[in-house]
Amino acid sequence: MKRQGIAEALRDGIAEEMTRDPSVFCIGEDIGVPGGWGGAFTVTLGLAEKFPGRIIDTPIAELGFTGVAVGAAMMGMRPIADVQYGDFLFLASDQLINNAAKLRYMSGGTVKVPLVMRAPIGATGRGSQHAQSMERYFTGVPGLKVVAVSTAYDAKGMLKAAVRDDNPVMIFEHKLLYGSKGARAEPGAVDATSEIPDDDYVVPLDRAVVRREGTHVTILGWLLMAHFAQAAAAQLAAEGIEAEVIDVRSLSPIDYETIGASVRKTGRVVIVEEGPKTGGVSAEIAAGIMEHCADSLQAPVTRVASADVPVPFTPILENAYRPDVPRIVAAVRQLVGS
Amino acid sequence: MNPTLSPSPAAAALLRGSDRNILLGLYEKLVLIREFEERVKFLFLEGTMPGTIHQCQGQEATAVGVCAALRSDDFITSTFRGHGHALAKGLGVQEMLDELFGASTGCCKGKGGSMHMGNMDRGMVPGIAIVAGGIPLAAGMALAFKLQQRPQVVACFFGDGAVAEGAFHEGVNMAALWNLPVVLVCENNLYGASTRIDKVMKNPCVADRAAAYGFRGETVDGNDVLAVLAAAQRAVAECRAGQGPVLLELLTYRRTGHSRRDACHYQPKDEREAWFARDPIERFAAQLAERGDVTPADLAAIRARVEQQIAAAVAVAQRAPQPTLADLTTDVYA
Ligand SMILES: Cc1ncc(C[n+]2csc(CCOP(=O)(O)OP(=O)(O)O)c2C)c(N)n1
Ligand SMILES: [Mg+2]
Repeated sequence: MKRQGIAEALRDGIAEEMTRDPSVFCIGEDIGVPGGWGGAFTVTLGLAEKFPGRIIDTPIAELGFTGVAVGAAMMGMRPIADVQYGDFLFLASDQLINNAAKLRYMSGGTVKVPLVMRAPIGATGRGSQHAQSMERYFTGVPGLKVVAVSTAYDAKGMLKAAVRDDNPVMIFEHKLLYGSKGARAEPGAVDATSEIPDDDYVVPLDRAVVRREGTHVTILGWLLMAHFAQAAAAQLAAEGIEAEVIDVRSLSPIDYETIGASVRKTGRVVIVEEGPKTGGVSAEIAAGIMEHCADSLQAPVTRVASADVPVPFTPILENAYRPDVPRIVAAVRQLVGS
Repeated sequence: MNPTLSPSPAAAALLRGSDRNILLGLYEKLVLIREFEERVKFLFLEGTMPGTIHQCQGQEATAVGVCAALRSDDFITSTFRGHGHALAKGLGVQEMLDELFGASTGCCKGKGGSMHMGNMDRGMVPGIAIVAGGIPLAAGMALAFKLQQRPQVVACFFGDGAVAEGAFHEGVNMAALWNLPVVLVCENNLYGASTRIDKVMKNPCVADRAAAYGFRGETVDGNDVLAVLAAAQRAVAECRAGQGPVLLELLTYRRTGHSRRDACHYQPKDEREAWFARDPIERFAAQLAERGDVTPADLAAIRARVEQQIAAAVAVAQRAPQPTLADLTTDVYA
């Protein structure tokens, strides 16, 4: 066992998969440059020396290198691509959505695209174009699997599962959770370190996880919001409210078995999402809960999400944009009181 | 690659033939940008300024030379590295520092920040922080000018890194096809983030791209403010005459990190030293000295004035009013 942050755990996970399977390679911008940073958040630091020729630095060309990765995946490679900021997925999205996601179906099940695409998201003092929560744009795309990792344990286990999966898998990561060090450390970072087993393990791509058990209310979140939900639950416990916290983690498909079991127990649900409320993944989950376990609900599903605005730069407004512990606590209090 | 460009005769003519005050004005702008950036770097590292920063120390002459060839109603588009462009285009030190401190008095009310500096009244679109994202935009702005039969031009700043993006090809092709009044200004500082251009371009001469699309491109010493100005004046004149676009590749070098606390370990020491020896401000000071009517005391006085201006603006910006929570949801729709 060793204690690691998400950046380190991903790095080890990538290295182990590359060692295990020669068809695995990494492709992206500034990921292997000598004297560089190992990608925007240090995840691939040092891997270029370890795996010569298999950490491929590209021009700044997201559409292009994503298409290259899709093509290589079709021909039997297992690329791990990444964009420096999730926002740039808009450039790559034609290849992801029109090609990677659909080729299996369009080919009548003859093409395989075992692609991994990693993307950092989250509002972190960089203004409107380096901050958006991108999960929402990909969860409704049949053919893609979408996960969001909030702990180092999950990051490594889901990365490995994604590499071994025969479908395109998108992994969302949060800038405040990487635990990047030195010049790449993030102000306001939250501890997402885990004890990482020495032995090989995977975390399934379709299972949510209960982070804290409770009986009065279920709080659902992912990425940074999974951490804030747990902090809120700890506060609420002091006032006698026992909240169950579920890290949704698998955003497509969504694990209604785990979520449903909790809702049947608590009868009350708060979904927390960083990102505009309108059109969010939380809307899909709320509708899914209605379809799967409406009978168990004792109150309408509540959402805590961002305002319907682009991400503002100034810290005062950015903090207002990002759901926080006090807002989650307040929403739960109100729901449980109802 | 240390470019050996032959000295520009047009630049030499500008040095001899220009009014002294115009040249001193260029010098002041260069110093203003350098001092602004150094002060911002200090404030950022000290932890009092929020966010992230992309700075342009060493590249001042590209912004100053190009913008000096524009009229105030011409437009520029910029990037994540836009502080120099903004100052050169005439944004105020105060509105920019206020923006960097997230104040409601900032040029974008604190909503934009360092990467989205801009002011439409001064002819600067908020910086587009998506690499190459400003290129089709600039073509579209120029198309509007053409359709409206307005005489304005757009100068579109982008880096060497942008040349690899699809948006570059698509935007440039349309600008060429429709003879749009855009000066495409590639600030080739040899690096896109940590990646040196020779790792991402088979043909590292960006100006060569223009011929492929059927228009004129030119490589210019981007650390010689008068060479940039001369090339930009010619390009702007061609655009105004309906003979656009023009691609200017300005060779320059980023002395500071790509962003934040980047220590530039990927830039070889000898390369850094060679470029530091071609500092645009020192070179221009030396050129001015050749004229015989500019003394070191003149330049020192300019520097002192700039330092004072910035110090005063910082003091104001640090106490500038922050937005209120009600501002979160304003400005989303027109
Ligand atoms: C579409 C897109 N991809 C990647 C980035 C991340 N990024 C920001 S600046 C940069 C390098 C840009 O290099 P260049 O265009 O040469 O400009 P310079 O930084 O040298 O001014 C990269 C990769 C981005 N902002 N947008
Ligand atoms: Mg560059």
